[in-house]
Amino acid sequence: MEEKFSKIDIITSSSKFEELKEALNVIGVSGMTVSNVLGCGIQKGHKEFYRGLALDINLLPKLKVEIIVCDIPVELVVETAKEVLHTGKMGDGKIFVYDVKNIIRISNGAEGRDALRYNK
Amino acid sequence: MNAINTADTSFMIFATVLVMLMTPGLALFYGGMVRRKNVLSTTVHSYTAMVIISLQWVLIGYTLCFGKDFAGFIGNFQFLGLHGVGFLPNADYAGTIPQSVFMLFQLMFAIITPALISGAIAERMKFLAFAVFILVWTTLVYDPIAHWVWGAGGWLRNLGALDFAGGNVVHISSGISALVVALVIGRRKKLKSITPHNLPMTLLGAGILWFGWFGFNAGSALGVNGVALNAFITTNTSAAASALTWCICELIVRKKITSLGLASGIVVGLVAITPGAGFVSPMSSILIGGIGGIICYFSVTVVKIKFGYDDALDAFGCHGIGGIWGGIATGIFASKAINSAGANGLIHGNIKLLGIQLIAIVATVAYSAIMTFIILKVLGKFMSLRVTADEESDGLDVSQHGEEAYGGIDI
Repeated sequence: MEEKFSKIDIITSSSKFEELKEALNVIGVSGMTVSNVLGCGIQKGHKEFYRGLALDINLLPKLKVEIIVCDIPVELVVETAKEVLHTGKMGDGKIFVYDVKNIIRISNGAEGRDALRYNK
Repeated sequence: MNAINTADTSFMIFATVLVMLMTPGLALFYGGMVRRKNVLSTTVHSYTAMVIISLQWVLIGYTLCFGKDFAGFIGNFQFLGLHGVGFLPNADYAGTIPQSVFMLFQLMFAIITPALISGAIAERMKFLAFAVFILVWTTLVYDPIAHWVWGAGGWLRNLGALDFAGGNVVHISSGISALVVALVIGRRKKLKSITPHNLPMTLLGAGILWFGWFGFNAGSALGVNGVALNAFITTNTSAAASALTWCICELIVRKKITSLGLASGIVVGLVAITPGAGFVSPMSSILIGGIGGIICYFSVTVVKIKFGYDDALDAFGCHGIGGIWGGIATGIFASKAINSAGANGLIHGNIKLLGIQLIAIVATVAYSAIMTFIILKVLGKFMSLRVTADEESDGLDVSQHGEEAYGGIDI
C-alpha cells in the first residue's frame, strides 16, 4: 500500500500555543517538534531604545510547530490549526505543508507508518 | 551620655550598605522567576523603589516615621527635608551613632518594602501605575506603620509590641498589601503554563538576600553589642532551619527537592526571624525558622492554589504569612535574658506579650489592606493599573520599556 506522509509547519504567536497543542491532541496528533523562532512578515514590529540607539524591531518572536502525519488527514490538521489560531489580525501566522519521503525511528529501526505509531 | 561611638557608627554604616544590597538581590530573586519577556520589567520594579523612595525619604518619609509623635499615629514635620538630621545622635533611637546614619539605615528598609510588593503584581501591572503606587503607598502605609512600631510615642511601641527588624513594618505590611494588589489587578493570562526563566538568577538573589539580611537584623541592634550578635546568629540559623523544613516538605509531598524550594525556604526563614531576631535565643530560632518553612510551604503550594489568587512570586505567601508567623513566634519565644529591653514570651510564662503581638499583627494587616485598597481605587480613577491583553502577551519588557533582555538574533 502506498503510504503518503506530510509535514505541516505552523508558525504562529506563542499566545495560543497551549490551545493549539490541546486541539491537536484531540484529533490524534500526539507528537510534535516546537522551536522558538524569530520572523517578520507584514505584522508591524515595535521600537526599542538602547541609550542613543533607537531601533525598529520587526523580527518578532514566534513559535514554529512541526508535525508529521500519515493516517490523520492533512486537511483536518490545517482546519484545526486555523480554527484555534485565527484572530483575523496580522501576526496570526502561516501554515506550510510538505511531502515527506520517509520516516525512520532510531530506537527500533521502524520505517514509514510504523515509525509514527506508538505501542502503548 | 550621647557620645558618638565610632565602632557602633562604622558597624551601622556597614549594616546600611548590606541592607541596600538586598534590593538588587530581590530584583535577581524575582527576576529569575518570571518569563524571559518580563525580566527587565520585574527587575526595574526593585530599582524604581530605590529611586523613588530615596527621594521620598529625605523629603518627607523620615520625618513622618521618626519626627516628634503626633497622636501615636505619625511623626510631625520636624525633620522635613532632613532639617536638623546631622552628626549628632537622636537619643530617642540610637544614642551612639549620628542621626544621619540612623536615617540612612532606615531608608534602606523603606526601599525594600515596596519592592517586595512587586512580586505579587509581576508580569501584568503598568509600570507608571506601579511607580506612583509605591510613592503613595510608602507615604500613607509604610511611614505610619513604621512610626506606630518604632517611632518614639508610636502606639504599638507604647503598647509593648516587639518588632526587632521589621516583621510588621516591612513584611506583614508589604505581604498583605501585595495580596490586595494581586486581587485588584487580577490574574495573569495563561497562568498554568508560566514557569521561571532563570533559576540560577533566583538562587543568586536568595544568596544576596541572605547576606544582606545580616545587616538588616544584626544592624537593627543599632550598635555592636550582644543583641546584635545574637540577631546575627538567629538570622543565619533560622534561614537554614526553614530551608531544611521546606525541602523536607517537598521531599515528602513531591519526592524531589527543588532549587526554587531551597531558595524560597531560605527567604522565608529570614522573614520569620526578622521580628524576633534580637529577642529570641538561637535554639528558639531553629523552631521559628523550621515551623515558618512548613507554614509557608503550604501557603504557597496549597492555599494559593485553593483560593486561586495570583500572588505571582509569593510576596504574600512568603512575606505576609512568614511575617505573621514571626510576629506570633516573637510573642512565644522572646526572652529577657537575651535582650533586657525586650519582654518575656509565652514559654517564659508571660502570655500578655502574645496578646500584644496579635494586636500589632491585626492592626498592621487591617490598616495595610484597607489603605492599599483605597489607594488602588483612587489611582485607578486616573490611570489604568493593568497592561492590555496584547501588551501582556508581548511581554512587559517590550511593551512598558521598549527593550528586550535577551532579544534578537545573534549577528
